[in-house]
Amino acid sequence: MNLVILKPGLLTTVQDLGRYGVQKYGVIVGGAMDAFALRIANLLVGNGENDAGLEITMLGPEIYFPEAALIAIGGGDLSPVLNGRQVPAWRTVYVPEGSRLQFGRMKLGCRAYLAVAGGLDVPVRMNSRSTYLRAGIGGHEGRVLQAGDRLPIGEPSSIGRHLADLLAGEARGDEPAIGRWSVSPELLPAYAANPTLQAIAGQEQDLFDNEAISRFYQEDYSVRTESDRMGYRLSGGELRLATKRELISSAVTFGTVQVPPDGQPIVLMADRQTTGGYPRIAQVASVDLPLLAQTPLGGRIRFRAVSLEEAQKQYLVREKGIRVLRSGLEQLQTNRNGKVRTNGER
Amino acid sequence: MNGSSSKYNPFGAVKAKISPLGDLAVMVQFGETIEQATYERVRQLSNYLERFPFVGMVEYVPSFLSVTVYYDPYALIGETILSDAQEIVGPYELAAKRVEEILAKLEASGDQQPRIVEIPVCYGGEFGPDLPEVAAYHNLSEQEVIDIHSSADYLVYMLGFAPGFAYLGGLPESIATPRRQTPRLSIPAGTVGIAGDQTGVYPIATPGGWQLIGRTTEALFLPSQMPPTRLRAGDIVRFRPISRAEYDSREAAPS
Repeated sequence: MNLVILKPGLLTTVQDLGRYGVQKYGVIVGGAMDAFALRIANLLVGNGENDAGLEITMLGPEIYFPEAALIAIGGGDLSPVLNGRQVPAWRTVYVPEGSRLQFGRMKLGCRAYLAVAGGLDVPVRMNSRSTYLRAGIGGHEGRVLQAGDRLPIGEPSSIGRHLADLLAGEARGDEPAIGRWSVSPELLPAYAANPTLQAIAGQEQDLFDNEAISRFYQEDYSVRTESDRMGYRLSGGELRLATKRELISSAVTFGTVQVPPDGQPIVLMADRQTTGGYPRIAQVASVDLPLLAQTPLGGRIRFRAVSLEEAQKQYLVREKGIRVLRSGLEQLQTNRNGKVRTNGER
Repeated sequence: MNGSSSKYNPFGAVKAKISPLGDLAVMVQFGETIEQATYERVRQLSNYLERFPFVGMVEYVPSFLSVTVYYDPYALIGETILSDAQEIVGPYELAAKRVEEILAKLEASGDQQPRIVEIPVCYGGEFGPDLPEVAAYHNLSEQEVIDIHSSADYLVYMLGFAPGFAYLGGLPESIATPRRQTPRLSIPAGTVGIAGDQTGVYPIATPGGWQLIGRTTEALFLPSQMPPTRLRAGDIVRFRPISRAEYDSREAAPS
């Protein structure tokens, strides 16, 4: 089984949840910018959460399915259309053979995630299938997708096969069949062009003067166009250090807000380097990383202080919700007629 | 979450500061300045975590002064529910506790000899276009720069900046040279350079402002292997000068 890229879109790459265990060798984590969206899309087609899917950025690709497939699209709303019909987000979708998937206007967020039952079966490099663009490694030939690329699809799980069987009978002609089960709205992040992100005090917050700290949490910062998968460069009120100090490089991570000498913060994203030496004023709470990843270029960000305890509490609530959704989907398999409704909140 | 909430624990002669890096990692810092004794602690903790990762640990990243341990809060909490249910603490406190337990054990653990890795380098010529400049800067001959550079032992403090790039400590002061005024747009993989009091080898082609003094045939980034790098934190690196002829024959031979 394959899917065929007819038009590549702006920046379409194969991503999973990233390359873990090799940061100690200087190898970046990478993976989906909005990991939540990929995880949920994967679950909806019976995949493991870490299976590889497509990360679709701003301007979507056109994709041909030579054979029937089971897909789910999550993350930002890039107006997906299958054989001329709108595809709902966060749903299991049965795609008849010979289908054509296209994307249109960027309505909300800027990255959509396409999961296919069985996952994209590209080679695993250093524990992961994600594309590491700078080193030309992983994903499909280590690069962004191009027209004519054929991506192999793996063997669907038993849940994936069962969900496909449930829906195959409902597909009429080239019309996709949509699963009746859906994801609880409470579980979904509130994507916005101008989000407020919760942030924990950074390792070097104390090095900044009080004015800088209050400015950071009170003013808007806009996402500059030089931003990429490595970091979001923000522009806004200048953040000055109270004490200048040469820092010795240490670990940085997804959501680390570092401030170079020009006083304009950079938030590190999926393709961040493993270590850094700029003062870290804050760290975006993990639960809000999807909001950050979906903020389009030019979007405005506001930061709101949150305690570590609160951030971790919210993290655990979200993880619990994802597990509830997973067990709900597993139960669809044991229910023969598939008439079960699950909103993930059973 | 910052200096105010972190604490120092007695740990042999060195103290360790344990603090959060965001909500998924804990940072263990052993000192404020780069020195061998501090790094010894970094190495000991890294070695322990490599062999005995705790439940819920995702990975660890050593650096000059600290080891950062990434964890999965859900997996950590799951473990408490099973083991010590009466104790209700957050994931960060649990991760910090796991690390403290390990630090206590480290004191008793024996030391390991570092691995010595020899890197053959063809100095000067087209591979080291800045060797004349480095020599002139210090009033040395090119051969003296080569002799000094290749006679020192270098400690791999950490890997970062690029995959497989080793931050090496131990460059003799007599050949420490400032970066170039204008960085080069692309420096070939394997190039050996000097920047200030650092020396290093570019594992992949990147732009950079280092003074280039030679090149090795040794591949430092090996993405199809595990571990994917020739060097690891804690290794001792020695550069061995080789002739152009040896360079060419090594380059031709399958490694």
